[in-house]
Amino acid sequence: MLVEESPPSDSDESTDEELVPRQSVTLFSPPESLRLESGKRLGPITVTYETYGTLSPERDNAIFICHALTGDAHVAGRHKSNDRKAGWWDGFVGPGKGIDTSRYFVVCANVLGGCQGTTGPSSLNPATGRPYGMEFPFITVADIVNVHKAVIDHLQIKKLLAVVGGSLGGMEVVGWAARYPDHLHAAIVLASAPRLNAQAIAFDKVGRRAIVTDPCFHNGDYYGHPEKPRFGLALARMIAHITYLSEQSIETKFGRRLQGSVELAYDLQKETEFQIESYLDYQGKRFVDRFDANSYLALTRAMDYFDLEATHGPLQTCLGATAARFLLLSFEDDWLFPTAQSRTIVRALVEAGREVTFAELPGGHGHDSFLIDAQFPLLQRFVEPFLDATYRSVRSE
Amino acid sequence: MCAKRLYMPDPSAAVTDDLLMAQIPRGSRVVDLGCGDGRLLQRVRDDNDCNVLGVEVDIEQMVAAISRGIPVVRSDLDQGLQAIPDGAFDFAVLSQTLQQVHRPLALFDEIFRIARSALVVVPNFGHWRVRLQVALSGRAPVTDSLPYEWFETPNVHFLTMLDFRDLARRGNFRVVRELPVIGDRAVDRAWAANLRAHSALFVLERAERSKT
Repeated sequence: MLVEESPPSDSDESTDEELVPRQSVTLFSPPESLRLESGKRLGPITVTYETYGTLSPERDNAIFICHALTGDAHVAGRHKSNDRKAGWWDGFVGPGKGIDTSRYFVVCANVLGGCQGTTGPSSLNPATGRPYGMEFPFITVADIVNVHKAVIDHLQIKKLLAVVGGSLGGMEVVGWAARYPDHLHAAIVLASAPRLNAQAIAFDKVGRRAIVTDPCFHNGDYYGHPEKPRFGLALARMIAHITYLSEQSIETKFGRRLQGSVELAYDLQKETEFQIESYLDYQGKRFVDRFDANSYLALTRAMDYFDLEATHGPLQTCLGATAARFLLLSFEDDWLFPTAQSRTIVRALVEAGREVTFAELPGGHGHDSFLIDAQFPLLQRFVEPFLDATYRSVRSE
Repeated sequence: MCAKRLYMPDPSAAVTDDLLMAQIPRGSRVVDLGCGDGRLLQRVRDDNDCNVLGVEVDIEQMVAAISRGIPVVRSDLDQGLQAIPDGAFDFAVLSQTLQQVHRPLALFDEIFRIARSALVVVPNFGHWRVRLQVALSGRAPVTDSLPYEWFETPNVHFLTMLDFRDLARRGNFRVVRELPVIGDRAVDRAWAANLRAHSALFVLERAERSKT
C-alpha cells in the first residue's frame, strides 16, 4: 500500500541481500502549493524517499532519518545487486544494527532543494519547461522539514517514534521538534547546533564563492551548457571536506606522506605532491559527478539561515513545547559544530524540564564522526537503548 | 590481592536509596550526580513522580541508565556541570561520590548553582572498625563498601562526619540535617555517631554568606 511509483526492480535478485526500491511521491500539486518561509510559493514538489523494515499495524514504529548536507534518501542497502556501494549509513541502519530495521520502520527522504530526486534547482520548472536554475526559490530548513512532514502524512504516520539526524540533519530534527511538537516521541541529534555559527558560515561563503566565480557557472543557468561549473563545485567540496575532518584524523591517515613518490619534486608545476592533496582532489572530483552546484548554493544558504531561536523564540520555550525525549551526541574533535553548541540545546531542555540525554564522545574523525564505520559500535550503545526505552514507553501508554 | 579487610554494609544497598527517597517530596526536580545505572532515579521518578536527570561519566553505567529510560548527561564532576543551567533542580543527590571528587568545594559551588538543596551521602572513615584497622594493621583502610587498595582507589579523600561538618563551615551551604547510617538504618539522633556510623546522609541548603 505504501509502495508506489517504485521503479521495476532489476531482474537480478539472486543475492540474499534485500534490494531497496527508490520511491517517490508528488505533493503540493495544484491547486495546492507549499508556502515557503520566504513567503513565496512552490509546487508541485516531488520527493524521493526510501523505506526499510515494516510499519507496525499500530503505525507506531516509524523513524524518520534526516540526511546531512550532501546526503540522499539512500540510507542503507543497495538498489541493484551490483551496486558498488551501499547507502550512506548502511553500517548503522539495518537488521540488528544501531537503528534496527527488523524492529523499526525507517524512512529517509531527499531534502527540498537537493539534487537526488527531490525537487530542486536542477528539476524542471513546470512553468517554463526548463530547469529552475536561479529561478528556484530560496529555501530554508523549515521548508525542508515541512516537505518531509508532508511525506510522513502521505505515509499515514501520525506520530513518529523518532526523528534522527546529524549536522544539517540534526538542525532538521530540532526544527521538527519545534514545528511539530506533537508528532514525535523522540529526537536524536548528532553533531549539530541550534544555529550555524559564524565560522561555518565563513566556510560556506568560500565554497559558494568558488562556484559562482567558475566561468561555467553562467549565473546558475548552466544546465544547457556542455560544461558545468565543475571546478568551482569541486573546490567548494574540498574546502568543506577539510572542515568535516579533524587535524588528528588527517594526520593519522595521511601525515606528510607523498603521493606516488618518495622525495619532494621541487617543482611548482607539480600540483599534487602530498597524499592529502590527492585525497582532496579525489573528493572534489567524485562530488561533482553526483551533486548539482545550484543545490549546493541553496542548501548551504539554508544552513546559514538556520537559527531556531530567531524563527521560533527562546530554545527552552520552542523545544519545551514537545514532550519528546531527546538524545544529543557531539564529538570532542568536531570543530565545525563544537560540543558547546549541542550543550546549548541540552541546557535549554533541562531548563524546560524535558528529558534529555547527552554525551560528548571522543569522535576521532571530527564532524564526520557520526558517519564513520569505526564509530558505529559506540553510537549504537547510546542509540539502541534510547530507542528501545522510547518504544517500550510508547507501547505501554 | 586482599581487597576486603573488614565488613561494612554495602552503601549502594536499598537502605541508602530508601533514606534518600524519604527526603525527596513528590514532584520535585532531582539531579543525581554520579547516578550510576540510574536505579535511584528510576525509583524517584516512578514512585515519587519526580522530574529526574542523571549525571554520569562512565559510559557503561550511562548506557544502563538509558536502558531504564532515565535521561543522563555525561559529565565528569571535576569538570563542572556546564550542561545544567542555574537553579534547574530542587535537589542534587551526591551519594557515595564526594570522596572521589578532587575539589569538593568547587563541586559544591556547582551544586548550589543548579540546585536549592543537596542530599549528600558520604562514607564515614571515623567508624570504629576503620580506626581499629588503621591502628592495628598500620595500613590504609580497605572496607567492603570501599574495597580498593590505596594505589588503585577512586577515593581521593578520606573523611569523617566531623570533617564534613568542617567543610560545611567553609562552603556555600549549611547542614540542615544529619542522618548517620548505623547498621542498616539511618538514625536521627545517635550517640557517638562518628564512631558508629559507616556512612551519613547530610541534607544541605544553599547559604548566602558574605565572601571575605
